[in-house]
Amino acid sequence: MLAKRIIPCLDVNAGRVVKGVNFVELRDAGDPVEIARRYDDQGADEITFLDITASSDDRDIILHVVEQVAEQVFIPLTVGGGVREVADVRRLLNAGADKVSMNTAAVNNPQLVADASGKVGSQCIVVAIDAKQVAPGKWQVFTHGGRKNTGLDAIEWAQRVAALGAGEILLTSMDRDGTKNGFDLGLTRAVSDAVSIPVIASGGVGNLQHLADGVTEGRADAVLAASIFHFGQHTVREAKEYMRDQGIEVRL
Amino acid sequence: MKIAIVDYGMGNLRSVAKALEHVAPAAQVIVTSDPAVLDAADRVVVPGQGALHDCMREFLARGLREAVERASRTKPFLGVCVGMQMLFDHGEEGDTAGLALIAGDVPRFSSAMTAADGSHLKVPHMGWNRVDAARAHPMFEGIEAGARFYFVHSYYCAPRNAADAVASTQYGIAFTSAVARDNIFATQFHPEKSASAGLRLLSNFVRWNP
Repeated sequence: MLAKRIIPCLDVNAGRVVKGVNFVELRDAGDPVEIARRYDDQGADEITFLDITASSDDRDIILHVVEQVAEQVFIPLTVGGGVREVADVRRLLNAGADKVSMNTAAVNNPQLVADASGKVGSQCIVVAIDAKQVAPGKWQVFTHGGRKNTGLDAIEWAQRVAALGAGEILLTSMDRDGTKNGFDLGLTRAVSDAVSIPVIASGGVGNLQHLADGVTEGRADAVLAASIFHFGQHTVREAKEYMRDQGIEVRL
Repeated sequence: MKIAIVDYGMGNLRSVAKALEHVAPAAQVIVTSDPAVLDAADRVVVPGQGALHDCMREFLARGLREAVERASRTKPFLGVCVGMQMLFDHGEEGDTAGLALIAGDVPRFSSAMTAADGSHLKVPHMGWNRVDAARAHPMFEGIEAGARFYFVHSYYCAPRNAADAVASTQYGIAFTSAVARDNIFATQFHPEKSASAGLRLLSNFVRWNP
């Protein structure tokens, strides 16, 4: 049976892994290559890098990070952040990424999803959706770190990007991100049930039960977390053993 | 030792090259679309990503057919993902004729498959799944039974001759996840992305003398 995946996420700023606490203070969490190797050793199923580098001068640093990681870590690598055109996708894949994630650029130009998946294959294209609840059972897509409402319905947008050729959806609840209160399970399940492509749940993980809930109640195909792994609260292996003990199929 | 990775302009060949360099530091790993280089290589790998019809089109446009067919008859030969699917007679994706080196078709997973809990099985089949060897093979040496490998695909190979299937995987149905015949070995999963099990399989390939 296919295993549910656990994906540590590294936010990378100018070549260093950082993690925002309550959306503000960026804590340095270390060297991305070293951390990626540690997660690989712990049994991570994939690793996601989110490039949050603000300065365009430092944009190419992520390419070097990906190159170094890809020489030492032989599991799938996803990279997102700052992807605006097909050429950006190609650059990241050539550096060693297996999948490239796009968010705002897809909202601004949905054709980019079709163009990119047409060129490099759906399996390489992840669309990241940041969603906020606007009414009971209703979520809308936000950009700019949750500040800008696009007016798009999150479920309809997920179905649209799947039809355009996305191979996977990285779904983040902006209501939960950084809270440690667990995934928005209603959102996760609604999107996962609405599309035929895999959905990665993200945003809000504070303990191992939250990861298990994302799979069992949210019906996510994979769960993504950052801070519970970065600061030594849990290893990826502990997370997998916990999920296995709940009857969830994992790779151990 | 020269290991040639066939480059026909599709997908990410870097990870296959890096993984081979990792397991065989003394080997010369060459990414090439030159038939002469394929003829001169000791071992040949045909990777593949994306749509089968695009891969076959680019592959044929580069005049690689004859050299790859020669390699498939004469030296250790590894196909990966679409590089496995291309070996078959016919693919449903884009109604594509393959190289017909292995008899069989490449149909799509049904979108109506369900899991034990009633949820629908996603297509593509993406992630880590168990590979059960149908028989012993030098390429599986040192790899535990039912080890997990990384898959990402929507179509699967259905060999006509059961003897060609060397491993199977469960995803709604039991499908053939590796084939082997003479010096040809091919996997639907990505050994280059399958951590220690995948590296072991690649290391076995480097040492395999069929």
